[in-house]
Formats: sequence, structure tokens, C-alpha cells
Amino acid sequence: MASVTFDAVSKRYGEVTAVDDLNLSIDDGEFMVLLGPSGCGKTTALRMIAGLEEISDGKLLIGDEVVNDVDPSRRDISMVFQSYALYPHMTVQRNIESPLLVRSYDVDGPGTPTRKLTKAERDERVAEAARVLDLEPYMKRKPAALSGGQRQRVALARAFVGRPKVFLMDEPLSNLDAKLRAQTRIELVELHARVGTTIVYVTHDQVEAMTMATRVAVMSMGKLQQVGTPQEVYSRPVNTFVAQFIGTPPMNCFPGQISADGRGVEVPGGTLPLPAGLQAVPAAGSTVTVGVRPEHLEVSGQGSLGVVVRAVEWLGHECLISASVGDATIVVREPGMSASDAGHDLRLRVDPENVHLFDPSTTLRIG
Amino acid sequence: MSVSNAMAAPSDDAPVVEAPKKARRRRYDAKEVGLAVLFLLPSLAVFSIFFYLPFARLLSWGTYESVRGGSSYNQVGIDQYQEVLGGGEFRAGLWHSLQFVIYTVPAGLILGTLLAVAAHRRLKGIKVFQAIFSSTLASSVAVSSVIFFFLFNPAVGFFEVSWQSDPSWAMFAAALPAIWQNLGLAFVIVLAGLQAVPDEVMEAARLDGYGPLRRLTRITLPLISPVLMFLLVILVIYGFQAFAQIDIITKGGPGGATETLVFKIFKQTQDYGKGAVLSVGLFCVTLVVTFFQFAILDRRVHYGDE
Repeated sequence: MASVTFDAVSKRYGEVTAVDDLNLSIDDGEFMVLLGPSGCGKTTALRMIAGLEEISDGKLLIGDEVVNDVDPSRRDISMVFQSYALYPHMTVQRNIESPLLVRSYDVDGPGTPTRKLTKAERDERVAEAARVLDLEPYMKRKPAALSGGQRQRVALARAFVGRPKVFLMDEPLSNLDAKLRAQTRIELVELHARVGTTIVYVTHDQVEAMTMATRVAVMSMGKLQQVGTPQEVYSRPVNTFVAQFIGTPPMNCFPGQISADGRGVEVPGGTLPLPAGLQAVPAAGSTVTVGVRPEHLEVSGQGSLGVVVRAVEWLGHECLISASVGDATIVVREPGMSASDAGHDLRLRVDPENVHLFDPSTTLRIG
Repeated sequence: MSVSNAMAAPSDDAPVVEAPKKARRRRYDAKEVGLAVLFLLPSLAVFSIFFYLPFARLLSWGTYESVRGGSSYNQVGIDQYQEVLGGGEFRAGLWHSLQFVIYTVPAGLILGTLLAVAAHRRLKGIKVFQAIFSSTLASSVAVSSVIFFFLFNPAVGFFEVSWQSDPSWAMFAAALPAIWQNLGLAFVIVLAGLQAVPDEVMEAARLDGYGPLRRLTRITLPLISPVLMFLLVILVIYGFQAFAQIDIITKGGPGGATETLVFKIFKQTQDYGKGAVLSVGLFCVTLVVTFFQFAILDRRVHYGDE
């Protein structure tokens, strides 16, 4: 097991900067999720850890060792690819065994030279991986004769069998159906708890990030936006990008003005309270971007915000109400069946701790 | 542990059910059969005119013996087949054809594959090399033979060697242009095969610790084995059918040392009956060799859907 540290790491392809001055410390044993939309640089960052991409600038450390120029096979990492990348001409058994056949391992404890595993040691490890990932009935099959979920488990077993310092996972669940994805999320968390290995996991799916991560690193346009626990990035997003990327439906953001008395934010249709614990209140009359999550807007006759309903979508356990605030459209999440309908007026209330303010010019969080 | 239990989703882990190997034979009614024949008719007509009928004619030609230098023919029946195919000339021709195949096929296949592996990478200007390596395919057999004829000409050649007149080297001299051309064909087809191998599989192999040579022998070559199999079969057929290289470089000489089966067929201008028998012999040899290639090697070929 080991930590992974990006120290001012950049990756450029000619004129294009894929990863820009990334500083990120991933602790030993942590489940770190790199989250962001496609093209944000998260996969490039992961591939730099793997050694599949060269680093243009900065230092990458695994444990205490700078690995910029270390061959991928000597970094003691393993990777699960989005397409699983199994060897189609080998049986499941052989696929899982393959890293053990070619790599040398530090099996005799620290200070001793690394060596190849004996046949008995290999068999034991393969059997263990097969047992943990429930692959025993399929060991003689070729990957083509497996379902997507089984292939994914073979890829996990192949990564697991070498007991690497760091697991890298590149959107490993994206080829599974929704039900299997939900199951596998839980299993990955359990697997992590069991082996305790550092995991760096890339995804664009914030549900995966929120449910599995110890910490989430949100990236956009090659830059790291925020690092924190899922709770932190959800409840205190550092800018409007993170605010709107985390959460489904995303956080409602619309323009407002600090009221003359400095005790609220005036928005079209009413006034919202200022966030709780705001250290420096912006000057009265200054323009701000107000952010409120759909689940924090409560339909209430005494609400301070009046809106006109545009549409109501019933999803079974809840309704999503679309409404207009000035030129902006906001979404309100109401549990159960909604009494509202398109064209109705609706009053909404929100607790002060659930109001977020952002600077409209820098998009950064205020307070 | 729960990881394994939870993962065992019944829907996902249900054994892959294989379709019954043989579907029950269904009966076709007359209308369906008529329609099928109608659809087959155009290709049947083309094959009949250009292949089946000429082949039948060839078979029958083989039963006629030339008299007085081909001015008339006597029907001698199947005897001529026994006589020619059991004779020394057919054996010699077959041996020379085999030599040509042995010289041209492995060399062309291996060199073409190595070049394709070398050129299959993302480098600036690699397309130029890819074009150069595949260019041998674009030149005609005659042109490539003439190039090699002059390259190895004892009087005016770049290499002043007398291979073409040395019985133990003549076949190799005739094989050189074919190796050169096979290399281009193998290059183009293997390169296409390599491009179909997913990058992620090769990256996974790199992370697993496979070095460049192991990646080639354990991952790349097995994955492109269907392509290699195809190349092997067609190169062997090309080898048995080669003619222009021999005609231009050695004319079958010296002393008949490079007279392959095709060359011997070509020489039967006075005896069409014997030529027909030799042709049928060549056809059978090619058929049997191809059959054995499939029977023996196909088991070692990995097709993606197995």
C-alpha cells in the first residue's frame, strides 16, 4: 500500500493542456475518486499514475518514490480498464494468472530481492481471487463466453491477484446495466475495506463518486476544482461548477442582489435568507449568484419566494417541479405526489444553511 | 464474504446458454426452393461458364494423348492420368514448386509481420514508411522480377553473382521477387490486423509486466492469428501458382532446376493432354495442402467469438 502524490503535475499534448498544474495528495489506503465531465483530464491523470502517459511537468510520487521515469510494470500498480481489456485468447484462469507469470514480487518481506512466484503460490493467489470475486465456475471459459458483469470481475481479479500498492480504475462500471452497477458499487466498497489498498477511481458519474469515495477530487478543463469528502463537496462547493456538477438535478443557480438592510438576498419573486455563518456579508446592493439545491426548496404557504410552475414531473417517490425565477428556470424536488400543476403559483421556503452565495465574476463561493 | 455473494446476481451469472448445435431440419416447399434457385442462378451461370465447364473440359482433355507433336489426339482414357501423375516429371515439378513455396512463404510472412509490428505505432511520418513498405504490393510481378533479374545479373547487376545460372541457387534467385512482394502483402494485411487489436489490451499487458517481446509472442500474434492463417493459405496458393518470376529470371533453368509444376504445364505446347493432367495434379495438390493447413493449424487460431 502506498500514497500517491501529484506535485504540480501537468500534461500537454502540443498546444492542448490536458492536466494543468495538478497538486493532489492521495493518502495511503484511501478510496479517491477523480470526478469530472469528459475531457476534464481525470483519465489522463490516472494514466499518468499508471505510467501510460508521460508527465510534461512536475513530479509524481508513489509512496516516497518519484516515479516519473519508472516503467509501468515496475510501479507496483494495477489497473481496471473501462473495456476491461481482458486477453480474449486466454481462459479466465490464465487472464487472472497473467501478471503473476511475468512480474516479480516482493514476497519474502522487505529487504529481500523480488522474485517470481512459484506455481503453488500462483495457484493459491488465483484461487483466492476467484473465490473472493465468485469466479470459480468460470475459470476454464474464455472472456467471450462471459457476461459483462463476469468480465468486469475477471478484470478486478486480475488487478487484485498481484496485491499491488495502488489500484487504478478507469470508469469500470460504465459498461454495466443500472442494477449491476448499483450492486458492484457496494461490492467495490467492501473489497476496498477488505484489502485496504489505495484506490484511484475515475468516473464522470457523481453517484459513484458520492457512494464510494473516501474523498472526491472534482476536475474541470484540466484543473482541480475541489478535493474533499463527498459531504464536503456536496454541502460546501467551492464554485458554481462544483455546485452544479454534484447533485441530480444540479443546484439551482440564479442571480440575486444583497438587500438594502444586508439581511437577505433579493431575487425575482421574493427574498431569500443569507447563508448561516457568513463571515463577511457582501455590500448591500451587490450582485451575487444564489445557489439552492432542489431538495432544499420546500413548498410552503409561508414561503418567501413566489414562483410560477412550468411543469411537474412525477417520478413515483417524488416530483420534480420546474418553475421560473426571473429568466432562470429552477427545479424543486417535492416528495410524493405534488398538488401543483403547470401555471399554478407556488411559494417556496429555504433554510439559511442551505443557501449558497457565489461571486458572479469569479464563480467562487462567498463565505 | 458478501462481495462474492452480492455479486452473484442470478440474472448476470446464469450460465451462458448455447444455442442447440443443429437446428431441426425444416422442410422447404416448392415455392421456396424455386425462389432459392432463382437467386442462385446468376452466380451459378457465371461460375458454370467460367469455372465448372472449363474444368470439366480440362478433365476430359486429360484423357487424350497427343500424336505427332499435337497434330492429332487419341483418347487413351484414365491411363494418361496414371502415367503422368506417377511419372518423374510431375514429381520433379512438384518438388520445385514446394521449394518455391518454402523459400517464399515463411520469409515473406515473417518479414512482413515484423515490418508491420515495427510500423504500427503513432509516430510522426510513420505513414510514409507504411506507404513504402506496402509499395511492393503495388508493383506487378513482371516489374519486380525484372528489377531482381538485373539486381542479381552477373554482368550488369548491382550484386555481381551468378545465382541465376547456379542450379543450387537458381530457385532462390527466382524466389526473391516473390518474397519481396509477399512481404508487402503480409505487411498491409498484418498492419490492418494490428490496428484491430484494442489499445487497452496492449496497455493492460504492459502493466501486467509483459515486455515488448512477450507482448508480441503472447498477446499480439495470438490475437492476429486469423489474419496470419489467411495470409499463410493465400501465400501458399500464390507460391504454387507462381510463374512470371521463373519465366523472367531463370526460364526454368539451369537444366530444369527451377521448372515448377506451373512452368511444366506452360511448356506443354505440343501436348495439351499431358498439360491438362498436370493442371489437374496442381489443382489437387493445392486443394490438399490448403485442406491440411485448415485441418492442422485452424485449431491453433483464435477467433474472437470463441
